[in-house]
Amino acid sequence: MTVQQISIFLENKPEALSRLTQTLAQSDISLRAISLADTSDFGIARIIVDDVEATKKVLEANDFLVKVNPVIAVEIPDAPGSLNHILTILADNKRNLEYMYGFTGRKANQAYMIIRTTDIPKTEEVLAKAFIRMVDQSEIRNI
Amino acid sequence: MGRLKYYQPEYECMDYEQLKELQGKRLAETFRHVYENVEYYRKRCEEAGVTPDDIKGLEDLDKIPFTCKDDLRATYPYGLFAVPKEKVVRIHASSGTTGKQIVVGYTKEDLDIWDDCAARQLVAVGADENDIVQVAYGYGLFTGGFGLHGGATKLGCQVIPISSGNTQRQITFMKDLRSTVLACTPSYAAYLGEALHDMGLTPDDICLKAGIFGAEPWTEEMRRDIEKSLGIKAYDIYGLTEVLGPGVSYECAEQKGMHVNEDHFIVETIDPETGKRLPEGSKGELVFTAITKRAFPLMRFRTKDIGVLTREKCACGRTFVRMTKPMGRTDDMLIIRGVNVFPSQIEGVLLQNGYQANYQIIVGRENNTDTFEIKVEMVPEKFSDVVSEIEKEEKKLQNALLNILQVKAKVTLVAPKTIARSEGKAKRVIDTRKLHD
Repeated sequence: MTVQQISIFLENKPEALSRLTQTLAQSDISLRAISLADTSDFGIARIIVDDVEATKKVLEANDFLVKVNPVIAVEIPDAPGSLNHILTILADNKRNLEYMYGFTGRKANQAYMIIRTTDIPKTEEVLAKAFIRMVDQSEIRNI
Repeated sequence: MGRLKYYQPEYECMDYEQLKELQGKRLAETFRHVYENVEYYRKRCEEAGVTPDDIKGLEDLDKIPFTCKDDLRATYPYGLFAVPKEKVVRIHASSGTTGKQIVVGYTKEDLDIWDDCAARQLVAVGADENDIVQVAYGYGLFTGGFGLHGGATKLGCQVIPISSGNTQRQITFMKDLRSTVLACTPSYAAYLGEALHDMGLTPDDICLKAGIFGAEPWTEEMRRDIEKSLGIKAYDIYGLTEVLGPGVSYECAEQKGMHVNEDHFIVETIDPETGKRLPEGSKGELVFTAITKRAFPLMRFRTKDIGVLTREKCACGRTFVRMTKPMGRTDDMLIIRGVNVFPSQIEGVLLQNGYQANYQIIVGRENNTDTFEIKVEMVPEKFSDVVSEIEKEEKKLQNALLNILQVKAKVTLVAPKTIARSEGKAKRVIDTRKLHD
């Protein structure tokens, strides 16, 4: 079970990110989650939205370079130790983590972690075996 | 001033009429040699209806077809060699307009000529066998290192073949071995001048008296800066791989242009559009004909360098014609850290590596070193949500560029459609260096 993440290439200059947020705002697109990665010469914005196809279309129409790929979204209790629990499972199973980021939704006492590993299907398997709840794209709009 | 005034006064100060006769005779001989041994060029002559019998002297120069850089590429690697391979004792190379290198060769006698030309330069800056010459030009396929090395050896100097780079060691050797003459690119000389001061030293701590700097454009202002920071007189040397290497022409103590070694090379200036020869004193494309070399004697090679020639009497006593330092190019070649770079080479590498041929070259100068950045538009195929994946591709491109260009460029990935299209080469290259007076 995965969700679709949109990655956007950003140049390393001051207006790059605001141009992205402006485009999203003008098209009435609400972000469920956003994470930024940056190097000394470029950046990547990774976002989770309700309607992936529509968002992709809007961004491409505005000349953004985008890529959609599956990532794992896990639901965890908003309590100390719950992230550690997930990471321990990944480490014990030697899953190589590329990046992760978290967000909260409207549900009280629940948080969500986006997890990107080198091998997504294998990671899904490992998490499922440990009874970790994962959410899919259709659930995103309800959280 | 050294013990010697000239290295070969019988040529360097030759009466002009006599010189013209010598050039005419050598031109006829060399043209015949090329015609008989280089099939590619013979065909060119046949098309033009010229045979060796038509070339009797200097007055027939106009009849001889030009050789261009494209001809060197078309005949890579040995197509323009005029002697059998066993006569060739040395190869040098420089970059061509595409990925291919331009390869040239020398016989033993050719190397002798080169040594003489470089030795004349050394004597003109006041050197003799008592001098210690630190050759900080790169050694290898690039002609700079070996060219000055050969000249200094022939003159009987003590040669330090330190090559380029390792600035601390350069200064240490300069100080400890008491080098008196430095040979390198002008930008590296300026850099060494700064490094000297950064190490808490002054020109009084070293014994340098003269520098021979070439392989890239530089200004009078830069000359004065180098002279001050290293406590020397700085001289210009001109050459190009296709014709010889450093030593095609050389500056004397007057510092008023470079004397062309006319007993070995005939120089002309032409209108780059029409190919017509221009009178002395007018600005035009420099064209050289090698009249003594045997392995790779190019006939009327178009350099694409713009310059002016003058036969005005020089106070040094040499009668060889003087050329200004190149005032620009007729093509889009850039010289970055002494290395020739063509935008078309960059384009080729980008296409081969899956990027679009949309790029911008930004060249500048910081701390007397050229900065070189290539902005490349990101393409969907190279984009990833993982930073390290993109960096891996970026590194691959950087290595491919280094491999072809032989000079390191900083690659900056920019968003698609951010580099202006079809605005001509003026936009493709942003060069903020001040290279010409």
